Amino acid sequence: MLLGIVFVISVGSFYLIHLLPGDPATVILGTGATPAAKAVLYQQLGLNKPIYLQYFTWIGNVLHGHLGTSFISQTPVAQTIRLAFPIDLEMIVISQIIAFGFAIPAAMKSARKPNGLMDRFLSAGSFTLLSVPPFIIIVLLVLLVAIKLNIPHTGPSSYVGLGQDWITNLESLALPSFTLAIASFVVYYRVLRSDLIATLQEEFITMARSKGISQRRIMWRHAFRPSSVALLGSAGVNIGGLLAGGFVVQYLLAIPGLGYTLISAINMSDYLLVQGIVLIVSVSVVLINFIFDFIIYLVDPRISRE
Amino acid sequence: MSNTLEETAVFEKPEKKEPMGPLFWICVGWIALNLLGAVFANVLPLTNPLFENYNVINAGPSIHHFFGTDDLGRDIFSRVIYGSRVSISVGIGAMLIGFGIGAPLGMLTAYRRGRLDTIVTTVMYVFLAFPAIIATIAILSFWTPRALFKIIVVIGLASVPLVYRVMRTATMNVATKDYVIAAKVQGATDRRILFKELLPNVAPIAVSFLLIGIASVITLEGALAFLGLSVNPPTPSWGNMINESRTVMAQNPWLVIFPSLALCMFLLCLNFIGDRLRQHFDVTEVKL
Repeated sequence: MLLGIVFVISVGSFYLIHLLPGDPATVILGTGATPAAKAVLYQQLGLNKPIYLQYFTWIGNVLHGHLGTSFISQTPVAQTIRLAFPIDLEMIVISQIIAFGFAIPAAMKSARKPNGLMDRFLSAGSFTLLSVPPFIIIVLLVLLVAIKLNIPHTGPSSYVGLGQDWITNLESLALPSFTLAIASFVVYYRVLRSDLIATLQEEFITMARSKGISQRRIMWRHAFRPSSVALLGSAGVNIGGLLAGGFVVQYLLAIPGLGYTLISAINMSDYLLVQGIVLIVSVSVVLINFIFDFIIYLVDPRISRE
Repeated sequence: MSNTLEETAVFEKPEKKEPMGPLFWICVGWIALNLLGAVFANVLPLTNPLFENYNVINAGPSIHHFFGTDDLGRDIFSRVIYGSRVSISVGIGAMLIGFGIGAPLGMLTAYRRGRLDTIVTTVMYVFLAFPAIIATIAILSFWTPRALFKIIVVIGLASVPLVYRVMRTATMNVATKDYVIAAKVQGATDRRILFKELLPNVAPIAVSFLLIGIASVITLEGALAFLGLSVNPPTPSWGNMINESRTVMAQNPWLVIFPSLALCMFLLCLNFIGDRLRQHFDVTEVKL
């Protein structure tokens, strides 16, 4: 199944170029290309061979780590991706720490007294946040934090690499990570809350209560684990979505992650770079989902895989 | 609004149906108002959304311009109303395509099962694994020149696997119920079972998913506008209004605030109605 999906993705990313109207060489090189340049490209990409042979040549190169060399920037696509990918990773890790750190305690607070004051407040709040798209959150955050409060390194194009100075690096990633964290928090909170409420109705919880186990221990030791299956499932989907969907946030703040690179590649018609990023992101998303499926299986062995 | 925000009604008796509550009807009214505004925008006494009045640039809200004007002196109130046209038509159009293909397919395969079901489901799950948003961006960016119908078609097609999965799961839950088997035993035709037994029972799920789907598509259109992949300026859409105003938002924050507010209120109402309907029909959460 995994291999099948990866295969389809690779065909999809490969075929992208042939879906476009017009001659692939013109698409890659732009309309002003000379016939000589086109001939070289045809040779290089093997465009004169039958399509299935082209695919095999391409996938063979990809498996060896060669995604081609961009015709625009003259740098290998693999190298560009290698530079951009860690930035996405860092943003996702930070945002997930924030999201889980708030969502789990909040869901437990809510589930303890469903319909209580705290629960109503948190539910209403999360529901409202659900309807605020990330691009609005980031714009408002920039307006507030970077422009009105004038906190340094938080505005657009102020990204500082991790290698240079980690404090400024964190500052420059604070707003985008926080934005992604809000979106994740809403999902995690809602999923975990409804599952916890369901779990707390179960007999083993009543049993634990009658044994006099503390509320805290019941929540964390007894109720949390069986309730976390849906949470992990949604985390898998959500993290994959962040990888693919973080680009608006990156684009707005000019953070040179994969999303930003993808959009600028699209704007410059840097076709091979687009193809490479689409392939890498898609495969990563699929892998993340499978990893989370496996974690779910570890957490709750009653759920067999597939 | 005591129970209005519940996820699943685990601790509630399913028999007692509560009234929808005033908040629900406020939301319905707001959506209706927006729809009317979008449809009748050229009939309403609005300033031309493209008219650039250089005498009033970056003005705050006033009697003449309810929401103020932008950096080119265009009336923001009128642009917000005209902008709703793009967002709403993308939302509704794309979901109509998604449901038009996904819903019949999902219901049919869930009812018939067999080999067709296996094949279609496998194909759909493979597409689901593919991050649709990346494909959408890639296709839209190379499919020039930009046009509203292209955005609708691409997002609509991208949503088909998701709609298919929801509809198939929902239909399968119903198709195994006793009354469906009873109808089958009585010799009802497949067409009758599909339309008279299955459809009415799946419809509530479909409607609530449709509303939430429209909300997500509108969000996606906004994101695309930010990347310059939605309709071309100067045609206003909520997304590109927010995007364009970013550069001047330090001087004129109203420019960001009003379209954002319009977008968020619309999404909030859609989500709220969808959520409320799902609870009302006592549908356990379908994984989106």
